[in-house]
Amino acid sequence: MDKVLEMRNISKEYSGNRVLKGVNLSVGAGEVHAIVGENGAGKSTLMNILFGMPVIHQTGGFGGEILIDGKLAKIHSPHGAMEAGIGMVHQEFMLLPTFTVTENIKLNRETLKSNPVSALFGPTLKTLDHKSMKEDAKKALDLLAVSIDDGVMVGSLPVGHMQFVEIAREIDKKQVKVLVFDEPTAVLTESEADMLLDAMKRLAARGIGILFITHRLDEVFAIADTITVLRDGEQVASMPKKDTDIVKIAKLMVGHTVEACVRCDNKTDEKSPLALSIRNLNVAMPGERVRGLDLDIRKGEIIGIGGLAGQGKVGIANGIMGMYPATGEVLLDGKPVVLNDPTASIKRGMAFVSEDRRGVGLLLDVSIETNITIAAMQVYNKFTTNLLGLKMADAKAIRERALEMINVFDIRCTGPTQPTRRLSGGNQQKVCIARALTLEPQVLFVSEPTRGIDIGAKKLVLDFLVNLNEQHGITIVMTSSELAELRSVCDRIAIIYGGKSVGIFKPDDPDETYGLAMAGALSANVKGAK
Amino acid sequence: MKNPLAPIGSLWRGTTERFGYPKVFITLFLVLLCVLAVIQGQSMPGFLKDTLTRLSMIGVLTLAMVPGIVSGIGLNFGVSIGILTGLLAGCIGVELGFTGVGGFFLTNLVAIPISTIVGLGYGWLLNRVKGDEMTVSTYVGFSMVSLMCIFWLILPFKSPIMIWAIGGKGLRNTIAIKDTFGQALDNFLHIDMFGLQMPLGSLIWLAILCFLMWVFLRSKAGVTMSAAGDNPRFARAIGINVNKQRLLGTTLSTVLGAIGILAYAHGFGFFQLYVGPLNMPFIPVAAVLIGGATMRRVTISHVISGTILMQALLIIALPVISKIVPDGAFSEVIRIIVSNGVILYALTRSGGGK
Repeated sequence: MDKVLEMRNISKEYSGNRVLKGVNLSVGAGEVHAIVGENGAGKSTLMNILFGMPVIHQTGGFGGEILIDGKLAKIHSPHGAMEAGIGMVHQEFMLLPTFTVTENIKLNRETLKSNPVSALFGPTLKTLDHKSMKEDAKKALDLLAVSIDDGVMVGSLPVGHMQFVEIAREIDKKQVKVLVFDEPTAVLTESEADMLLDAMKRLAARGIGILFITHRLDEVFAIADTITVLRDGEQVASMPKKDTDIVKIAKLMVGHTVEACVRCDNKTDEKSPLALSIRNLNVAMPGERVRGLDLDIRKGEIIGIGGLAGQGKVGIANGIMGMYPATGEVLLDGKPVVLNDPTASIKRGMAFVSEDRRGVGLLLDVSIETNITIAAMQVYNKFTTNLLGLKMADAKAIRERALEMINVFDIRCTGPTQPTRRLSGGNQQKVCIARALTLEPQVLFVSEPTRGIDIGAKKLVLDFLVNLNEQHGITIVMTSSELAELRSVCDRIAIIYGGKSVGIFKPDDPDETYGLAMAGALSANVKGAK
Repeated sequence: MKNPLAPIGSLWRGTTERFGYPKVFITLFLVLLCVLAVIQGQSMPGFLKDTLTRLSMIGVLTLAMVPGIVSGIGLNFGVSIGILTGLLAGCIGVELGFTGVGGFFLTNLVAIPISTIVGLGYGWLLNRVKGDEMTVSTYVGFSMVSLMCIFWLILPFKSPIMIWAIGGKGLRNTIAIKDTFGQALDNFLHIDMFGLQMPLGSLIWLAILCFLMWVFLRSKAGVTMSAAGDNPRFARAIGINVNKQRLLGTTLSTVLGAIGILAYAHGFGFFQLYVGPLNMPFIPVAAVLIGGATMRRVTISHVISGTILMQALLIIALPVISKIVPDGAFSEVIRIIVSNGVILYALTRSGGGK
């Protein structure tokens, strides 16, 4: 089998942080090569390098070499990548919704005819040859075996069909040798995904090399010939499918050894009273949809909510706290919580530290003291004094509380009146948590508490959460993309896949259990494996 | 070798960073004009009096910008809607024969319910065009001014000092109110300095309104409103109804616009109907921006300092420049360049002086 693509010893640093450490992979003509790994394993960086994305070159380029058809290729821009024969089917569609299918497929590569005007004023004024363009588009679509009318506007197509238009555009490029599919099934329904996998097989049969990036292991095992596993920028394995199985791959994907298990002496058990009981929760949060989630949260525990990006883990806290439209039943201490009303949720004793720190979590141009106290002022009329019937902000009480919080959390700032925009990520996070605590909650939702925070501050924030739970008895629901982090502080961890909880695990459960659960392959395989 | 100009450079940077470029440039220009005025032997006390009078006239309209910016609708270019309701209330006041200080306040009392109702409707509209408030409000303001041109003609006012002398129907372009409640506050309360009457009464009125706004911004309601304006998603997360806050802010701005035009007419001595209010919003918008406000942040000191700076500039520029360049309406040209220039400048950047 001829190698159409070879990547040799690829490495990449972002400001001293090595995100890829010597990755080697090769794709033969007609081979489907799957790359699997958790979020942040380096899959996207690898593809950005292959595609010559500007972000790579602006940050100092990369190490290693790329060979296409056995020849060294210098790829400096996405355009260069296309010319070298690399096609990419993007996760987010790069299509113009008001153009027809044909126009999208042939965009900027239109078939042109000369006319008198173009003879005079140059080739940009040539006429489009609609007939041949239509034929090309049809040919590409037929190859994928989908019936899409090439004359309709892309915007009116269902999502699954847009994906096919995108693929058709790539395979219409005559020189395409390698086609990269970046999480192509993430937005598709099951039957659409099956059609797509079929189409990928057909393309491979025509001699195109396929790089398939995904974290759905069942799909990998359905069509891949070779599997490469990335973890924390390292290539932990690369093997033909026949030499491995889904459990092994799942274990390789997760592969963290849990250091010291902080919370193995779980204080809560099945008999503990419930803090929250969630039934059939649906949250319409774009990109993080929750679909019929059932979950019980015990009083006094730290429960982790994990899972891969886009599976809905982030939507849970946002839905319960009224940030996105939610339906379903949420019981707090046995009494129902009014959904879609943030005030109602806060008044019932729940507080939320949002994953979007700068967008939702902070008033960036406002002082630390106001940020800390505003929620309690708003909801409970705390920090106010009465002036002739008008509730005034109580500057003295606000200052006292802010100084106390700055002291307790060790917030590094010039003073309580400093705008939060000037603080570092870790200190901003402390302000967010301080605001939530000022509400004196029983249940604290914390989403991505360590995102964008340096390692030292990470530990501080996590220790603080554990401390809150142990000293003040606050039930903590912690959502995080970092499984290792969840396993180090949580009593139990619920893994979310497809908007539902696929299982609740102990922090010291084996890696492969987590890997399979996160890849949505648990139900099918674990029974067999056990 | 050390650059001898370095301290000046850092002072300049510090000053422009603290106050924003418009304020610094206009202050420098104003100082230059003052020097020229002294050299030319112009009457400085006269300038002072005119500036204070203009401050009392424009100040409330500039104050009307504050709730708009704080609640997140940005600069309220549609304050002409409030101006129109104020003018309507003024005409009602004249029709009912209100005079003197009492008449002035009674007219304001008439203006408040009218502008509240209109302001609620306007706020409802602005909640439907989030992100484009300033464009929409400019054109809504323009349309309302044009629409009212019809109503000024057909409203059933009877007072002979307001309607056209010939034909006996429809309101006049300019209505003199010196004999009703025009300058009533200043006739009631003024101090004499340099042999001139300084308008103490109307300045106290402005000070009261500014103080009330200052108190409001420090109340729970004010903090809530500024949170909604500063970061709507944050506000939602802590249970603030953002649309309600914007509605409240727009209404407050409209009411202040109505009270503001009454203060303006009070100092000026005339109501200007028909296309009079058309370009009116640009004056307070420019004033508050010169003061150092941005589209997101504003304080009372921005209002006062901006109004003083802008009006002083216009007042001094007229005689000083017409002495140098004797012909034409050069001062008017300066006014247009300064006010539109500073609005343009503010629209091109979202940061600004603190």
